[in-house]
Amino acid sequence: MSQLHVPTMAEMMAKGETPDILFWVGCSGSFDDRAKKITKAVVKILNNCSVNFAVLGAEESCSGDPAKRAGNEFTFQMQAMMNIQVLDAYEIKKIVTACPHCFNTLKNEYPELGGNYEVIHHTQLIQELINQGKLALENGETFKGKKITFHDPCYLGRANDVYEAPRSLIEKLDAELVEMKRCKTNGLCCGAGGAQMFKEAEKGNKEINIERTEDALATNADVIATGCPFCNTMLTDGLKNFNKENDIQVLDVAELIANAADL
Amino acid sequence: MGRAIDRSDNKAERWKTMALVALGQKKMFTRPIPALLHLALYAAFVITQIELIEIITDGITNGHRTFAAALGGFYTFMISFIEVLSLLALIATVAFLARRNLLKLPRLNMKELAGWPKKDANLILLMEIVLVSCIFTMNGADEVAHVLQGHASYNFAISSWLGPLLFDGLSLHSLHSLEQIGWWGHFAMVLAFLNYLPYSKHFHILLAFPNTYYSNLAKKGKFTNMESVTNEVKLMMDPNADPYAAQPTSDEEPQRFGAKDVTDLTWKNLMDAYTCTECGRCTSSCPANLTGKKLSPRKIMMDTRDRMVELGDAKRKNGADYDDNKSLLGDYISEEEIWACTSCNACVQECPVNIDPLSIIIDLRRFLVMEESKVPSELAGMLTNIENNGAPWQFSQSDRGNWIHED
Repeated sequence: MSQLHVPTMAEMMAKGETPDILFWVGCSGSFDDRAKKITKAVVKILNNCSVNFAVLGAEESCSGDPAKRAGNEFTFQMQAMMNIQVLDAYEIKKIVTACPHCFNTLKNEYPELGGNYEVIHHTQLIQELINQGKLALENGETFKGKKITFHDPCYLGRANDVYEAPRSLIEKLDAELVEMKRCKTNGLCCGAGGAQMFKEAEKGNKEINIERTEDALATNADVIATGCPFCNTMLTDGLKNFNKENDIQVLDVAELIANAADL
Repeated sequence: MGRAIDRSDNKAERWKTMALVALGQKKMFTRPIPALLHLALYAAFVITQIELIEIITDGITNGHRTFAAALGGFYTFMISFIEVLSLLALIATVAFLARRNLLKLPRLNMKELAGWPKKDANLILLMEIVLVSCIFTMNGADEVAHVLQGHASYNFAISSWLGPLLFDGLSLHSLHSLEQIGWWGHFAMVLAFLNYLPYSKHFHILLAFPNTYYSNLAKKGKFTNMESVTNEVKLMMDPNADPYAAQPTSDEEPQRFGAKDVTDLTWKNLMDAYTCTECGRCTSSCPANLTGKKLSPRKIMMDTRDRMVELGDAKRKNGADYDDNKSLLGDYISEEEIWACTSCNACVQECPVNIDPLSIIIDLRRFLVMEESKVPSELAGMLTNIENNGAPWQFSQSDRGNWIHED
């Protein structure tokens, strides 16, 4: 594997350079071992396409999403305003992120606090790169003949109406895209949203991620694709519950593309 | 009652939403069977208004089929059309009764519907059966009397064969009485219905229109910004701010953060509550409810409405400043319910009249967290981590870029 090239904003600025786009990594993408692999897959794609990007590194901080969903507007706005100060100091115009929660918050909730940026999800950026011919998948036989199902992250799908970008990427692979019975606008949550990721669920008769994993298993897919690090964790745990973690993979769309493009 | 919220922008988009969602029933059709049954009732209800106007005109002028002469052949078509729709509506009503009481569809038999809501639903359906039966009695008896008096048949689609089937052989006097019973029965039922509406979940037939007009047009993932907090945070982050500066004086009582009671919700939240017809599509798509948690978005809306009615009655009786020491949060909605929400927006997506239960849930959370400091302990840890080290987990912010150099 070739060395990843990940410049930080501070390094770029020191050299007097300006990136075209900021890669907002997010807390999961920075700290969670599974999500770091997704982060690296995104970087591989960016590097391969020679995208002029940078990350904030240690200057990045939580977008504030879980605080806002948990009802703590103070913590959210403190985070948001500190982040906006950093982003504005670096004169950031465009942001890509692999986390739908950061995506939603930066895109929809920062403008009212003075942070105005063009924010896209990584599946949208990758779609753009492929459409511009910058990323080729011709050797991509990795997923030939496999069935892939896509789990819609709530904060990408219903919350922001992005349903097609991730699907169009899966269709670029030599694989069969199979839909779960609940998909797109009817997609079922993985159970992590609204700050649930950080607490035990209330008393019930089932865990939400088990209910959702059953939907995925019913498709007989070889791969469950998604576009959110939290969904990834929830569905991976769901598979473990059914002892299927060795038969079925949960992969981010960025990982599918990076694998298929032999990066 | 209800806080201010501006929904006056983008009028073109609002009219379009109302036309598609309320008039066009767009969101009903994600579930085709109830959508078609509902469409039959809806269409019959709208078109029957023409016959209702004639019925009232006949009554006032002591006339008989006042519109017939002017409309000629079209009149026969119009009444036939109304009759066909009415028959479809009758079938739909029976099907709806069956779905509720015989097939016992899960979403129509949940515990929040026990008692009055269930009776309300059945009562409306029975009233609709009476309404339609009266029309057919009136038209049927009229048909038989008409022919008995030596005229040709009206040739209406339903009553011209149903009438003779039911009423053949009756005297002219009996037929006139039956026609009168049909007329009065239908008219009395219309008046009763109009008076009953505001007390019933059936109010949606009117409120669906303004409620969809005033829909949230922003992306569903965008939660409202709390401006009162923004001012505080700006003051906190401004190095030049004088912490001892006198607060700007104002006669207005400061609003509490979030919502504890219905008076803390926006007028749109309250309109949502009155618009809800308790169909339960929200609850049947709620991941928390599907997995046995207490949360039911429909119950959130019913509780909001019931609390509003209770508080309104109490204030009317005892004066506007009356406090009954009860609140929406606590007496109606429990903390367990609101903490079960994943904010996935499935309930908002599903609602056929664009009700937003999620914004109420979040405002209740805001009150609990910011006014009462009541937050599940794991979330308290998460919040502390964000405040201390800029991540929901306990990792140092300075390690945030470590992944770059890890294998």
